[in-house]
Amino acid sequence: MASIQDIEAEIIEEFELFDDWMQKYEYIIDLGKELAVLDEQYKTEDNLVKGCQSRVWLTSQNTNGSIEFLADSDALITKGIVSLLVRVLSNQAPQAIVDAPLNFIETIGLKAHLSPNRANGLVSMIKKMKAYALANL
Amino acid sequence: MADTQINIEQIRSDFEILNQKVNGHQLVYFDNAASTQKPKVVSAAIADFYNNEYSNIHRGVHHFSELGTEKFEAVRGQVKHFLNAKYLEEIIFTSGTTASINLVADCFARDVLQKGDQVVISHLEHHSNIVPWQMACEKSGAELKVIGMTSSGELDYSDFEKLLNDKVKIIAINHVSNALGTINDIEKIISQAKALNIPVLIDGAQAVAHLKVDIQALGADFYCFSAHKLFGPTGVGVLYGKKEWLERLNPYMGGGDMINEVRFEKTTYNDLPHKFEAGTPNIAGVIGFGKALEYVSQISIENIKQAEAHLLDYATKKLSEIGDLEIKGVSDKKAAVISFVVNGLHPYDIGTLLNQYGIAVRTGHHCTQPIMEYFNISGTVRASFSFYNTTQEIDFFVEKLQKVIQMLK
Repeated sequence: MASIQDIEAEIIEEFELFDDWMQKYEYIIDLGKELAVLDEQYKTEDNLVKGCQSRVWLTSQNTNGSIEFLADSDALITKGIVSLLVRVLSNQAPQAIVDAPLNFIETIGLKAHLSPNRANGLVSMIKKMKAYALANL
Repeated sequence: MADTQINIEQIRSDFEILNQKVNGHQLVYFDNAASTQKPKVVSAAIADFYNNEYSNIHRGVHHFSELGTEKFEAVRGQVKHFLNAKYLEEIIFTSGTTASINLVADCFARDVLQKGDQVVISHLEHHSNIVPWQMACEKSGAELKVIGMTSSGELDYSDFEKLLNDKVKIIAINHVSNALGTINDIEKIISQAKALNIPVLIDGAQAVAHLKVDIQALGADFYCFSAHKLFGPTGVGVLYGKKEWLERLNPYMGGGDMINEVRFEKTTYNDLPHKFEAGTPNIAGVIGFGKALEYVSQISIENIKQAEAHLLDYATKKLSEIGDLEIKGVSDKKAAVISFVVNGLHPYDIGTLLNQYGIAVRTGHHCTQPIMEYFNISGTVRASFSFYNTTQEIDFFVEKLQKVIQMLK
């Protein structure tokens, strides 16, 4: 299994191919569309990431010490972004998830989504994922 | 209609921010219902006050305290004139519409409302005209009643009539809906309320920048608005209250400026309007607000109204041509606000991509969750115009919106 750093590097490389923001967003939108559908049973209040504009659901499964994340959102861009997080952090050991600096977000130019004004709650998504990992240490 | 009364180039040059580039594009600012931009004269007046004339006001005997007091109180006079209020002491400065509503709601909870009484609001209110009343009802044991709305985004006036009875102790209603732009028939509401001697509070936050308010003709008991939605600074608001009411209600906050004499045994309160203005006010903000009012009166609300009506018509027509787009709030009496949804697309996605073109719109529930619930949607995209916007900006917005929709489909 590739390490978190390897997957981040892979994503950074993919994003380097884009000349402008539009290609980048088109890619994120496509990632959102491709994200595996989250079963309705997981769309619970408990799995909802607090944020006011788009709704994001996040859940996880622990299989023999490696954590798999499942996510969904009603907004496509948010869904695309959460799919990147799922790709980076899924099937990793809890400690690696807790320690992940996730620098790729800034490198691929999505830093604006980390600002407190962004109601998509990227920060909350990361917190929630790390909290799952922490609980499984 | 041509923009004949307004020299648009001149006006746009008064608002420096309109020349800014965002993400490589000229800013298109369509978030005026959230807050309007400020003409240069406003920031200049604030800077000048802080740099050259600053001092605390009221009771200082020195030069700048007197000068500041004079300037601050002159703005009260301007507001009185702006609203056509009868008395100067009916104008209370607050920090904004929310503070004004909370002041009245809290005073009513303490001085007026009793168990079994009723407070009437509407389904079209901003959270700021819902929550303070819920809190007042919790404190006093009064009951909150809500006037329904219709699918066109208007108040259900027959529902309103049904809610009228002698248990109702206050009606709090917005003049213009922030989420949909509907101009409510507050004249009708006030006159029916008057017949039963029920006081009416009007949340005028979304109205004052778009239409002329004559408070004596209206007969509202309270009227609240914010300076920042009227080309003035943030942190300044107005509470107009009828003198009889302001005299009857006890102070909201205690502190400096609102007292007459302080003794440990008993403190006596200052006269109106200072009775409701505890603490050092936003002096610079109020002085800046005075400049904004001056600016508005030079252009005239009538001209602003005409220019905005033109923009609203133009944008409504253009947006209606886009398939799958549905405008929420289609009253024939609207301020320059267009709230819309595009079938299957999340407003957040649309707003995020429009921002890449330098277009500022608002997305979400606009602090009106009950309206969104009524329409069974999570939110809308809201474009709100001001007189400094142009039809060229609307063309650009519509063109890019179509592109964005294509990207998201």
